[in-house]
Amino acid sequence: MTDFFKMHFFVPLAAVLGLVAMAYFGAQANLQWVFGVAIPYLAILLFFEGLIYRIVQWARSPVPFRIPTTCGQQESLPWIERTLADKLDNPSKFTQVVGRMALEVLAFRSLFRNTRTELKKHPEFPEGQKLVHWSYKWLWLGAIAFHYAFLTVLLRHLRFVSEPVWGFVHRLETVDGFVNFYTPVVYLTDIVLLTALTYLLARRLANPAMRYLSLAADYFPLFLILGIGLTGFLLRYIYRTDITAVKQLAMGLVTFHPVVPAGISPLFFAHLFLVCVLFAYFPFSKLMHMPGVFLSPTRNLANNNRQRVHINPWNYPVKFHTYMDQENEYREAMVEAGIPVEIPPAAPAEEEK
Amino acid sequence: MAKLPKPQDLAKVNYQPPAKGWMHVKPEFRPGTYVNAAQPKWLEMVNYPYPRAWSVTDEDWKLPPDWKEIILQGMEDRLKRFRSLKLFFDICVRCGACADKCHFYLGTGDPKNMPVMRAELLRSVYKRYFKPAGKILGELAGARDLTEDVIKEWFSYLHQCTECRRCSVFCPYGIDMAEMTILGRELLSSIGINIEWAMASVASCYTKGSHIGATPQAYKDMIDFLAEENERITGISTPVTYNRKGAEILFITPSGDYFADPGSYTMMGYLLLFKYLDLDFTMSTYAAEGGNFGYFISHEMGKRLNIKMYEEAKRLGVKWILGGECGHMWRVCNQYMGTFYGESPSFLEVPKSPITGTVFEHARAHKMVHISEFTADLIRHGKLKFDVSRNAHIKLTFHDSCNPSRAMGILEEPRYIIRNVLPEGHFFEMPPNTIREKTFCCGSGTALNADEFMETRMKAGFPRANAVRYVHEKYGVNHLGCICALDRATLPPLMQYWVPEVEVTGITELVGNALVFPDEIERTTDLRDRPLVGFEEAEEEEEAE
Repeated sequence: MTDFFKMHFFVPLAAVLGLVAMAYFGAQANLQWVFGVAIPYLAILLFFEGLIYRIVQWARSPVPFRIPTTCGQQESLPWIERTLADKLDNPSKFTQVVGRMALEVLAFRSLFRNTRTELKKHPEFPEGQKLVHWSYKWLWLGAIAFHYAFLTVLLRHLRFVSEPVWGFVHRLETVDGFVNFYTPVVYLTDIVLLTALTYLLARRLANPAMRYLSLAADYFPLFLILGIGLTGFLLRYIYRTDITAVKQLAMGLVTFHPVVPAGISPLFFAHLFLVCVLFAYFPFSKLMHMPGVFLSPTRNLANNNRQRVHINPWNYPVKFHTYMDQENEYREAMVEAGIPVEIPPAAPAEEEK
Repeated sequence: MAKLPKPQDLAKVNYQPPAKGWMHVKPEFRPGTYVNAAQPKWLEMVNYPYPRAWSVTDEDWKLPPDWKEIILQGMEDRLKRFRSLKLFFDICVRCGACADKCHFYLGTGDPKNMPVMRAELLRSVYKRYFKPAGKILGELAGARDLTEDVIKEWFSYLHQCTECRRCSVFCPYGIDMAEMTILGRELLSSIGINIEWAMASVASCYTKGSHIGATPQAYKDMIDFLAEENERITGISTPVTYNRKGAEILFITPSGDYFADPGSYTMMGYLLLFKYLDLDFTMSTYAAEGGNFGYFISHEMGKRLNIKMYEEAKRLGVKWILGGECGHMWRVCNQYMGTFYGESPSFLEVPKSPITGTVFEHARAHKMVHISEFTADLIRHGKLKFDVSRNAHIKLTFHDSCNPSRAMGILEEPRYIIRNVLPEGHFFEMPPNTIREKTFCCGSGTALNADEFMETRMKAGFPRANAVRYVHEKYGVNHLGCICALDRATLPPLMQYWVPEVEVTGITELVGNALVFPDEIERTTDLRDRPLVGFEEAEEEEEAE
């Protein structure tokens, strides 16, 4: 275990454990107003302000060149067939770009393409080694499972801020709790979320190259969300708290009439605090990949450079060597070689004069 | 030059990362694994900053006194001008999907060659000086001070990236290492750190007309010689006009095509094709270079070279431009040229094939057509008569060059041509994960095709070569086709090293072999003077005589 790894792994782990302890003991020390009201408001404020600030910051820098990464046949001669996949992976029209982005954002298209390459011994080749490439969907599966499970869990939590609870939240709960084997009903997404997170963490630890490149900024959000998931899991299935009081707290927050009812367990405050930290941390972290992917110039532009000129707002004239510079230097030799010139060389007789 | 290890040794790649964290591992410059520093004279020729004599293995790189300010100012400047840079710095989650996609990583096993890490080498400095977290937390936030060792590390790893964009295909956010490498090399160039192979080519191209530094008369000589070769082999005279005003088409191809084998055979193919069509074309001694090594130094230098194409088309009054087979040339021509110029060149017309009448609508603003598009259209309209048996000695696999596939998408045009000029059953694809948008780079692009870099080049080209080895063993493939002049310069040594049974060919060379002229002499050899199938004995007899 290198010192580099130790620092980047254990510091964020300690930080998340520390955050849990802060909220847990803070709630016991009668700081419920801080953890139940002040910090949630602050976190939401930071989230939205930070999000807007960062997106504006990105948007302020122009896109000087149209540089899509093309992953299929271009639009060229009309008889060259372009499949739907070509149109989506190498879009030439705006509608196709929309399709490409939708696939990227909703289905993680590029990750779905993922391959794994390994060097294997192969005595039949003179060099004795062979690179083997195969389709590798585990990362895609882990990523998409995590993101959709997290989204579902988040949507289910809307039951705390709606009165009466919105219909789609009910329906979501019904579907999510379809497999009924325990009381309270176990939501499948809870299991998926925790499993996917464990996978995403394990792959960083198990693969030496991944361990080498991972930073605290990679472990921290993983620990944080794992912390949120685990505290939530405990709150729902094991150490249940007064759910009506929690709803009162949540409704108070969203209606801007905050109240802190009695009977909410410290564990809940730990859960809520971690969520707040996640929201506040979001705009300043790699989690900004969520809005960022929409702005990615290799994905959100059409491959139509030859049909429409892309304008670079800071384009400037450059110094270049002109044709006349060349001719002036090589005129005699060019004429001798039979290459046409703009200005015929002075007649030798005149030169002598 | 450093001695090249044996393939058996080079193929044993060690993927185990070092025990120390990456911030504390210094770059190592061993002969065979770095590209030489540019001589000052080249920088002076193009007015580039801080020309000086220095060497990569020197302890002191003689950086200008305020080098740190220049780099940081340059980074700030580029963050303001390129959304891509800012975004790619900010949104990487280090998921590692790009890691085993990079041919440099697969070939060297050096973890800093994983695109995610290569980007991190730059990102760590960005975090340290432009992000509050990095300023406060330092190493814990993945940030580190900008030191001379960091500059050396950038030099090493930004010159172990061929801007091939394979990582960008797999990145869930489309983060493009090529973009980071381009901008990183710009930063290095701003403190006078350039590589010889790029800078010498650029300065030669800038002042004389092409990377190889041929004067106008030498340029004409080289092409005329290839035209004569055509006449000797086929009996068909394929004359070329130079700088001819009023020609319909300006033909521009990389210097690799007229400078050396096997590119020269592709050049012969172009000339035969144009003669067959009686095409009204001319070539220019000024816009004599299709490739653009300037782009491997900076966007600006790329523009300073690229602008010659439209300027010359305007001077000569041609209707449109036809471009030869080349990789990065087409990235620049496709994704940058119009933007560099700032508008659609109004002095040109929408390209229209004078033979078939096809209007190349997809190039209507840009007015430049790729030779593969042009040829495919001719074949489709039945305008070319082929004798495919003249390519019967060739069993071909096709290498999609990085840029035509990932910065353009010209995948089917060359394949259509191949199927029409080869006998049935002579074309074999490499494994699907190594072609089309997933193609592997030759390992020597972006001006890394320097001899002194041979060991790393052979490592980086290993994934490509290994896939060729596969089809060679399985189907007896003996030729590797490509539509890139740089490939034709770099793949032959790569094949010689890894798969010596396989030769490299351009696609238009195959067209030239197969084209049947009404008044040609009997052909017994291909354009390389190799006997055609059925004429092997005649050749031997001739030799005996």
